[in-house]
Amino acid sequence: MASTDTVTRTDAPQPTTHELLTRPDRRRHTVDRVMRVVVTLAFLVAMIPLVSLVWIVLSEGYHRLSPYFLAVSMRGVFGGMDAGGIYHAIVGTLLVTGAAAVISVPIGMMTAVYLVEYGRGALARAVTFFVDVMTGIPSIVAGLFAYALFAIFLGPGVRMGVAGAVALSVLMIPVVVRSTEEMLRLVPNELREASLALGVPKWRTIVKVVLRTSAAGIVTGVMLAVARVIGETAPLLITLGVVDSINYDLFDGRMMTLPVFIYRQYSQGLVPCRPDQLDCIATINFDRAWAAALVLVVIVLLLNLLARVVARRFAPAKGH
Amino acid sequence: MSGQRLQAEAEPELAPAPLSVRGGGHDRAGRVFRWLATGSGVLILAVLAAVAGFLLLEAWPALSASREDLAAISWIPDDGSLLGYVGPLVFGTVLAAILALLLAVPVAIGIALFISHYAPRRLADVLGYLVDLLAAIPSVVYGLWGGLWLAPKLQGVWGWLSDNLGFIPLFEGPAATPPRVMMTVGVVLAVMILPIVTAVSREVFLQTPRLHEEAALALGATRWEMVRMAVLPFGRSGVISASMLGLGRALGETMAVLMILSPGLTYSWALLMAGRHQTIAANIALQFPEANPLGVSALIATGLALFVITLLVNMAARWVVSRRAAFSGAN
Repeated sequence: MASTDTVTRTDAPQPTTHELLTRPDRRRHTVDRVMRVVVTLAFLVAMIPLVSLVWIVLSEGYHRLSPYFLAVSMRGVFGGMDAGGIYHAIVGTLLVTGAAAVISVPIGMMTAVYLVEYGRGALARAVTFFVDVMTGIPSIVAGLFAYALFAIFLGPGVRMGVAGAVALSVLMIPVVVRSTEEMLRLVPNELREASLALGVPKWRTIVKVVLRTSAAGIVTGVMLAVARVIGETAPLLITLGVVDSINYDLFDGRMMTLPVFIYRQYSQGLVPCRPDQLDCIATINFDRAWAAALVLVVIVLLLNLLARVVARRFAPAKGH
Repeated sequence: MSGQRLQAEAEPELAPAPLSVRGGGHDRAGRVFRWLATGSGVLILAVLAAVAGFLLLEAWPALSASREDLAAISWIPDDGSLLGYVGPLVFGTVLAAILALLLAVPVAIGIALFISHYAPRRLADVLGYLVDLLAAIPSVVYGLWGGLWLAPKLQGVWGWLSDNLGFIPLFEGPAATPPRVMMTVGVVLAVMILPIVTAVSREVFLQTPRLHEEAALALGATRWEMVRMAVLPFGRSGVISASMLGLGRALGETMAVLMILSPGLTYSWALLMAGRHQTIAANIALQFPEANPLGVSALIATGLALFVITLLVNMAARWVVSRRAAFSGAN
């Protein structure tokens, strides 16, 4: 508008139709260019923290990481001693996460089978809705739930590996249900019908045809779910507590896990060292925290990459 | 919409075939399998009910305790009112989450648009994958990064803010050193929810009907005008529900807050001052290991409040999404 006004006022020759159509409208193009810059900037600004996070974890965690660090626990380690490792935390993380997977994968898969193959009516709608709701449960509430459950039966102050596994399952089940459900829905109906037409009972059709066709997708979903819960800290802090030595027994006593170990080391802070003390490292706790963080991040990223590979390698052939 | 309706109409026609098969044989395995599947679904409902039930059961001693008993707990205010204790915590929780949302959503929309409509196709796939990976990084690592690396870097910025914009209550000075303050928590939480908000927004933006975009471009719209007239209106409810998901995450986030914030129980707007705020989740994690049975019960009561808040937010998000399915105007 503004530009046409100026044109008529200055008594310039009337523009031809061709000129009107091809002449750039300066304001609109400026806005377009500005917005392009803004959008790109938003992207770059967001990349700063995200890239720096990965970089810092790598560069800070690298120093402390060694076979020794992976192979010993924190038992008998105190002050600024140049010793101690995360073996007990790795053991705890593997056991608790494994137990959580053992609990949630069957429940999650069968629920997805129910929703896709059997579910009709109000019950199916309620399950779908509450699975969605469950995705949003804060992790600390899941931890409180597991604690409350075990405290009612075993008395207050209970700390054991299974309680942590139950807490993680509450977080993991909805993820498994969602991803499995998605995969089951991708299985073409023709396959089901072909199997049923051959007289195969419905349950065998589900086990042998539907689940087998979507196996790769389900495995991917489970791995992503494990990757999600393996980094959970708050529920484990509540249900497992902290401990410095190795504990292989899920049903007895406190257990350390990697995320809780990171938090524990961080919260212990700097060590006061006398200047003449040569074997005392002031930042030892932070160093251990970074190294453990590096291990945790590597585990999580590996799980994600592996899930990708499984999805790509074993995906059923598409089209005909 | 039409796709869903088609599916819904097609299903009843498919149903009779499996029904007759099931009814035909005296198929015990089939029945057991069906029960197992249905049982799992019911179990999930039971677990959710149990979460609410057990929390209520364990919180009851604190809810029904006398003021004197509660006041005996060192970290509950002297008047011993549970409501007076939960109030500032709820305030702090909501404040942190909203702050994170205000910081994250505009940036997330920018990233989502960049990936979906500005970046070259091949780059966009890689970037999308990268953002997904970042969503997987554990919160305790974000906390470590925020507490040890980011906070010292933000010191100067917060100092400048309180010196120059201190007349605004939000930036009231003096800025705390070290900056273990709400503002730092907000930034870290924003970084944490950025990937999830971006991922969902990007998905929605990518679903914009190609015809709408091409129609806008054909009418002479610039790229930004196309985005503003075709992509953003189409994606609006998607962005809203993505923000709600992010809000839910920020509300329940424990570790980053616990590791950065210097806690305090007040209704204060001063984001740059330490010892003013605390969130429910971080407070539970902080007090739980040392609490006596009544204290644990009081903490579980606050957890119940958090559960209800996040439940409401998530249900609102689902509601927005389900409305979108009906009125998207996509087809």
